[in-house]
Amino acid sequence: MIDPVRDPVRFIDERTSAAPLIKKAMRYLFPDHWSFLLGEVVLYSFIVLIATGIYLTLFFVPSTAHTIYHGPYKPLDGQTVSDAYKSAVNLSFSVKAGLLMRQTHHWAADVFIAAMAMHLMRVFFTGAFRKPRELIWLIGLLLLFTSLLEGYLGYSLVDDLLSGMGLAIGYGVGLSIPVIGGPMTLAIFGAPFPGKPEFWSRMFITHVLLIPLLLAVLIGLHLSLVAARHHTQFKESARHTERRVVGLPTFPAQTPRSIALLLFTAAVLFLLGGLIQINPIWQWGPFEPWLATNGAQPDWYLGWLIGALRLMPSFDVTVGHFTLVPNPFWGGVLFPLFVLAVLAAFPWVERRLTGDRRVHNLADRPRNAPNRTAFGVAFLSWVFLIFVFGAADRIFVLWGLSYDTQLFMFRIGIWVVPLVLFFVVRRVCRELRAADLLEEDQERAERAVAQREGAVRAGT
Amino acid sequence: MRALRWLLAVLTLGRLARRRAQPESEKERIVPKGTPERGAENLVLLFFMLTMIFAAGFLFVYAYFNASSMPNELLGICIGGAMACLGGAFLVIGKRLVVTEELDEDYPGENPEEQEEVVQIIHESGSRITRKRLLIGAGTAAAGALGAASLAPAVSLGPIWDTGALDRSPWRRGRRVVDETEAPIRAADVLEFTFYTGFPEGAPKEDIASSLVIIRVNPAKLKLPPVRAAWAPHGILAFSKICTHAGCAIGLYRKPTFTPVEPNDALVCPCHYSTFDPYTGGTVIYGPAGRPLPQLPLEIDSDGNLRAAGNFSARVGPGWWNVRSKPTFGTD
Repeated sequence: MIDPVRDPVRFIDERTSAAPLIKKAMRYLFPDHWSFLLGEVVLYSFIVLIATGIYLTLFFVPSTAHTIYHGPYKPLDGQTVSDAYKSAVNLSFSVKAGLLMRQTHHWAADVFIAAMAMHLMRVFFTGAFRKPRELIWLIGLLLLFTSLLEGYLGYSLVDDLLSGMGLAIGYGVGLSIPVIGGPMTLAIFGAPFPGKPEFWSRMFITHVLLIPLLLAVLIGLHLSLVAARHHTQFKESARHTERRVVGLPTFPAQTPRSIALLLFTAAVLFLLGGLIQINPIWQWGPFEPWLATNGAQPDWYLGWLIGALRLMPSFDVTVGHFTLVPNPFWGGVLFPLFVLAVLAAFPWVERRLTGDRRVHNLADRPRNAPNRTAFGVAFLSWVFLIFVFGAADRIFVLWGLSYDTQLFMFRIGIWVVPLVLFFVVRRVCRELRAADLLEEDQERAERAVAQREGAVRAGT
Repeated sequence: MRALRWLLAVLTLGRLARRRAQPESEKERIVPKGTPERGAENLVLLFFMLTMIFAAGFLFVYAYFNASSMPNELLGICIGGAMACLGGAFLVIGKRLVVTEELDEDYPGENPEEQEEVVQIIHESGSRITRKRLLIGAGTAAAGALGAASLAPAVSLGPIWDTGALDRSPWRRGRRVVDETEAPIRAADVLEFTFYTGFPEGAPKEDIASSLVIIRVNPAKLKLPPVRAAWAPHGILAFSKICTHAGCAIGLYRKPTFTPVEPNDALVCPCHYSTFDPYTGGTVIYGPAGRPLPQLPLEIDSDGNLRAAGNFSARVGPGWWNVRSKPTFGTD
């Protein structure tokens, strides 16, 4: 008789000797806390990105060769456009379910990076990056910054007006790298902007193969390292200690929960892709290097770079008649690299400053690390204010606050606000912790009194 | 009596055999036993059914409509709904049907003994090597050489050593200025308070050094440098349309809406709002750009059409190491 469970298990173990490994994996423990879901959402968005992305490649033509659009979208009928743009418009109007896939792919990219940013904050503010998890932190940072590039390449490929403007800025930022920027950018583009036709093949292979492969490898490494040292946990009970992890086993408890989260994430992404329009490229029109539109905004995750580029005062650093540092370098290259460097160095800087070199498996409550929390909030607010300034033209349209006034305010605000926040947050953390300690003392005293009373009653 | 004994023996044996046939109940459980939950089971069944309905809906919508009339919202609701319902089923399975055991175990730690052994293995493996440093040095050099050779083909990507491409311009003296349809732009057609995009006749328009932004201003208000005195016939000015900051097109021509603060019109790039003063020859009044907008000298031919009277005042496009060097404007 066939046993549907025992037979496959036996078959696999007899050929791989993997039963001990499978058993260990099934009983691996997952600490249960809502904030641990953020990382999972990243993973599941990535799966949706791969699935929808593969579908898109079956129809997309990565070429800037000129062609004439004829199709159901009448305002564009008869216009000269690129193959890339035409195939993306066709995906939206002439391929069944193509628009759903395109919009879901775009939404998934936005959610992917948003969830990643939130996951990063969760890990930062709970101190989960500390020994023995510094490598996981570094790989996570690499994942985030690689994903930014991946997203940028993705929307650049479409060759609509917005993507072309973004690409022009990328070209300008590339050129601005001191000394080597010119040759390097020429090599990547193959020729001055908009580059050789081969540039589109280069972008395409990078977006659909090289970076996804890198992301998959990094995600695999990230998760293997998490599994190797296990997840952190909060001190929820006396059972949760630095030495013992408390959680639900992969099987049976965690598996259906994770499948449910995968399906919910995918459901939300497909609902967004179906119901909420994103990047209507047919409205932007095709790109030509001499065209630009006002009110252009990139996808949210590049807003901080736009903000930094816009905030910089007008100057180039020159040496004789050579331009050592062209202006876009500050906002477009140095700023993100600085943020990456600060985040990457933080575990080691904190170790140096606190002298705490121990292994930490318990996650901090943010209030219990006032300095870290205060620094995190200040640093984040610095990046966030620069991000907000990236939308200054929209703020002007919405609230009429003139661009010049905003520029003036933000040039001061991005330094003052983080400084103020640092001290405010540190104070709040200390007060909260003092209140916690007071409460604990009170409870301890009450317990002691109750015990004494119990003893007295027992004595009488 | 004997028959009765036999019967008893057979019955006992039978009972024993039955007990032997169910050995699992004697095994110690790994996953603790939970109580049945028929309500949760029913809920899961309901979610599975809803999943099927939504998925069938997706198939129907997909098959029924053609591409141009496809209701994208309905497609999204159907597939998203199917996924959400299946997710609901799994959530109920996870939270109410399978056994939820909160277990604990030791965090994995370091392995000092194995660390030592790894070090020992590596150290002891080199006992036959006498000239360690030389071998390591030569090995590194060999690997570096092979690496350089393997990476060298990347140079084919583009003109890495020759940055002359960044210095090319299709403009030269006498070249006619045409619009997007290759029609010459007549000086008389260029009006004040608006802007035009011009291109070199017969040259590729997408070339970064091709496109011009052309405006007409009151010649009396011009404050061009003396060498450029003749560059703007009748107050018609031409600048490179590519911003010197990050390479976007100068897509905005700002007219003074509030004269006390902004007395003059200006050319603006909408990407980062670099703002250039056309009257002074494209100098930066505002925003992040570090260099003025290159100006193209114009002349008007006998037919009244605009022509270039030379090349740009400086290299075109975003800044890089050599952008401020004297332009040579090579040809392709």
